Amino acid sequence: MKNPYSERMYIIGAMIVLPILYFIFRLFILQVMDTSYKLSASSNVLRNVTQYPARGLIYDRNGELLVYNQPVYDLMVVPGKLAPFDTAEFCQILDITKEYVDRELKKAREYSMFRSSVFLKQISSLTYAVLQEKLYKFPGFYVQPRTLRNYSGDIAAHILGYVGEVDRQMIEQNPGYAMGDYIGITGVERTYEEELRGIKGNNVFLVDVHNRIRGPYQDGRLNSPAELGNDLKLSLDAVIQEYGEKLMRNKIGSIVAIEPATGEILSLVSSPSYHPELLVGRVRSQNFRTLASDTLNPLFNRALMAHYPAGSAFKVINGLVALQEGIVHEHTRHTCPGHYTVGRLTVRCRFHTTPVAMPAAVQVSCNTYFCHIFRDLLDHPKYGSVTNGFNVWAGHVRSFGLGERLDTDFPNELRGNVPLAGYYDHFYGENRWRSLQLISLAIGQGELSVTPIQMANMTAAIANRGYYITPHIVRKIKNSDADNSKQEKIFTSIDSVFFEPVIEGMHRAVNGPDGGTARVAQVEGLDICGKTGTAENPHGDDHSVFIAFAPRDNPRIALAVYVENAGWGSAMAAPIASLIIEKYLTGSVSREWLENRILEADFINREIALADGQEN
Amino acid sequence: MGRKINIWTNVDWLTVLVCLIMLFIGWISIYSAVYDDAHQSIFDTSQRYGKQLIWIIAAIFIAAAVLMTDTKLFLFFSYFFYAFTILLLVAVLFFGTEVNASKSWFQLAGVQIQPAEFAKLATALALAQFLSTTKLKMHDAKNLFITATIIFLPVLLILLQPDVGSSIVFFAFILVLYREGLTGYVIFFMILFGILSLLALLMNEINMIALLVFTSFAAWIIVGRSRKLSVRSGLIFLVVSSIVMTIYRIFSPQTPIDVQLIVAAVAGGSMLLIISLLYRIRHAPIVAGFMIAALLYTWSVDYVFDNVLMPHQRSRINIVLGFDDDPRGQSYNINQSKIAIGSGGLTGKGFLQGTQTKFNFVPEQSTDFIFCTIGEEWGFVGSLLVLGLFVFLLLRLIFLAERQRSPFARIYGYGVIAVLFIHVAINIGMTIGVVPVIGIPLPFISYGGSSIWAFTIMLFIFLKFDAGRMEYIK
Ligand SMILES: [Zn+2]
Repeated sequence: MKNPYSERMYIIGAMIVLPILYFIFRLFILQVMDTSYKLSASSNVLRNVTQYPARGLIYDRNGELLVYNQPVYDLMVVPGKLAPFDTAEFCQILDITKEYVDRELKKAREYSMFRSSVFLKQISSLTYAVLQEKLYKFPGFYVQPRTLRNYSGDIAAHILGYVGEVDRQMIEQNPGYAMGDYIGITGVERTYEEELRGIKGNNVFLVDVHNRIRGPYQDGRLNSPAELGNDLKLSLDAVIQEYGEKLMRNKIGSIVAIEPATGEILSLVSSPSYHPELLVGRVRSQNFRTLASDTLNPLFNRALMAHYPAGSAFKVINGLVALQEGIVHEHTRHTCPGHYTVGRLTVRCRFHTTPVAMPAAVQVSCNTYFCHIFRDLLDHPKYGSVTNGFNVWAGHVRSFGLGERLDTDFPNELRGNVPLAGYYDHFYGENRWRSLQLISLAIGQGELSVTPIQMANMTAAIANRGYYITPHIVRKIKNSDADNSKQEKIFTSIDSVFFEPVIEGMHRAVNGPDGGTARVAQVEGLDICGKTGTAENPHGDDHSVFIAFAPRDNPRIALAVYVENAGWGSAMAAPIASLIIEKYLTGSVSREWLENRILEADFINREIALADGQEN
Repeated sequence: MGRKINIWTNVDWLTVLVCLIMLFIGWISIYSAVYDDAHQSIFDTSQRYGKQLIWIIAAIFIAAAVLMTDTKLFLFFSYFFYAFTILLLVAVLFFGTEVNASKSWFQLAGVQIQPAEFAKLATALALAQFLSTTKLKMHDAKNLFITATIIFLPVLLILLQPDVGSSIVFFAFILVLYREGLTGYVIFFMILFGILSLLALLMNEINMIALLVFTSFAAWIIVGRSRKLSVRSGLIFLVVSSIVMTIYRIFSPQTPIDVQLIVAAVAGGSMLLIISLLYRIRHAPIVAGFMIAALLYTWSVDYVFDNVLMPHQRSRINIVLGFDDDPRGQSYNINQSKIAIGSGGLTGKGFLQGTQTKFNFVPEQSTDFIFCTIGEEWGFVGSLLVLGLFVFLLLRLIFLAERQRSPFARIYGYGVIAVLFIHVAINIGMTIGVVPVIGIPLPFISYGGSSIWAFTIMLFIFLKFDAGRMEYIK
């Protein structure tokens, strides 16, 4: 039986043979006729050299350069291309030992015979110049240009953050990175990594048997140039930052200054700090270990992460809440006998004229007054229960950005704590707690804790009479549409009309004719409004706290200062705030005596001395 | 029960030999591709070449086992096996291991199983079973529908994984349909327009023209009644083109090779045209018309792509074709692959002497791009040998398929031929840059247990049918 279509086997045969004939024809062209491939490959080897882009530069708000790049060179090795070489000369040029050479070559061989490994990282330009001339004697080695960070000053380490090499885990999470790439690890370097890093390029070179680059392969048609990272313009004022760090020397604590109208961070000091150059290059890991084991914890960014009690400065918020809720009005007065006593509980107050209404109560920081209004608020019958009253209070407090992350453009920001009703339910039992048990909240103590940046932001909201703009450190990104300067106003739950009495009190606290708590902060003509605080510290001396903004109308700066273990708010924090405001608004400092007093104050050594004394 | 025939004397040992040579070439090429100083023994089972040897040995046992299996089993279970494979393809979508964003593998007790590999075999068997139904009318709408379903159901499921490479393989079964009587026009236009649309987008104009010249030439031979005349004109074409090329070599070697090719092709073509006019060959205008139509069509595809499609549609096509979203830099890889092969020259650099394949990180060096190593180390001679082996194997299989008495065996044989052929065509076409990058292995040569085993099982089932063809009584 003859299959009717068996003729088709010839056609199928042709359909199979012809494409393969075409392949053979193409292969003949490729392998025999076309000589360009052999030229590029016969005894030569192509080398891919990654072009690392320089990271974007970082400027302060006035265009002063803060972070730039310095060229360094990584010496690479391809073990499969090594030939015997003069080890002694090699070691002498690079200032390394023979053991180092053996160890690194072994590592490289274990990784791959035919792929590049880093042999020696970050050779200086000087060594590179010498090496470059002799490199032909060392086949298998070549040099890869890199850049490292360099800093024009020794300020703002916590803001800028640092850059490090990616590790295996980071590569798995971000497939765009390869071994040896740098990545921002903290601070702005981390938040704006994508902008700063640029785009890696690749150059393909022809390399001859003597390990010399003969030129770009195919006239560089396969090359992709590296694209520079985008520059950042910070809102930071380098002068104020440097001054703040100087004032905070030998003190533990933090300063955060914000421009209220924009939410731009003018200064963010966390003390003690470190020189940013310590975390650059080959010395980084060793310095990091030293810094990490320092008991004063200089790597810890107190401005964003330290939890402090709000202290008396928080009274302004309680005042605002009471006004908003109609518990008091501007002229409601309370008498102060020098203490607030209910049963066996006594909250002390200082001596001052009495009775006091809102402005005066803020001015003299009257504990009695604020205990009264706080309890009147929580116990007010319109809420039905203390729990409800408490929830109303907590809602107002949270509207100032307390108790939650502000979502600034910093990594690692913490939330602070505004307690929930559930916390007290757990502690005392449901509906078993009374306003009296929460009385420490009236004066900013108790379960309430805040970070310095939250306090500064809260102050900015007061300065703005009822709104804030999420604080941020980056103002502009070059080559990017993102404009950080215009951001949304976030309104607090307090109407703007209620701010005046409180601000009047803050103004009087600094400038008041009769007994302000922060007279030391007064500067003629600057109209500073402020509120001292003393944050009770169960572990030692109280922390000195001060919040302030200036001028009173159209404020240009709002800030919070925390100095640990420095006692009264008026002792340390208020003068520091005042000096910074003066420096920022006038460009100079008139009160040299005050400046010297602050500069000489040393709370770190004192502690060490005390600790030593106790040991003896 | 038919007569008992000794399998071992009836097996087509020529095919087995070619197959073994290929496995051997694959093994030493993998050795050369991943060779480094640290692991010099070719038997080192911690390295890919050592593992490949294990898989080759296992494949030999699998082949022997297949040869000892009763062919009735394949006949009897073909639909069942097909259904089971479809089930596996569905299951892998839900329970498969995700690698590179596609779910193609089952991970079972440390062994990777790729249902798509079995689907090729199962489809070949099911297709053979269905088409061998006595007095089947191919062009009956219902039958066409069932045939299409058998072929395209696995394609659909594999596309869902998604694994474009494996799904394209199934289109090769159209070759089987053609052999069994599907009208040639369907095949011709399907293939033509498919290939033209794809190529118009993928290739540069020069490659396109070269390809069209060859296709037209092929069309000529096929359409032409007088084979003698066709072959003669073919020879004339080659001679004239070669003369032109030689002249270029001697007098103007710096002229771009593409220009040389076009001039050579045009010269050869004009010669053919003159001959066809002299001999009054009626097909010449048809072939010329085809060329012009194809060129116009190519141009129109480009035009539609660039001017009619919306940007997002364009980018989708680009992604499918491997232009965009190219994390491994495929155009760069192809260039590396071509450099490696091109640097091999006529006789190659010699065993283990290849530098390009080692230094330039041609991707998937031991799997999809194994042909680079062969091209670099053994040169054009080596390439020719490997391609020659494949041509021999495929033609031998056509011969074997045609001598089958059972339609089932013949159809299945063509199924094997089709699958093998499309793998060779796509894989080698890819390494020399005439086919887009589609990651499928080179049969019997590429590294990988499942690929070797799948091809072995497929081929040896057919050899088993062939060995037992005398006992077929139905
Ligand atoms: Zn009082």
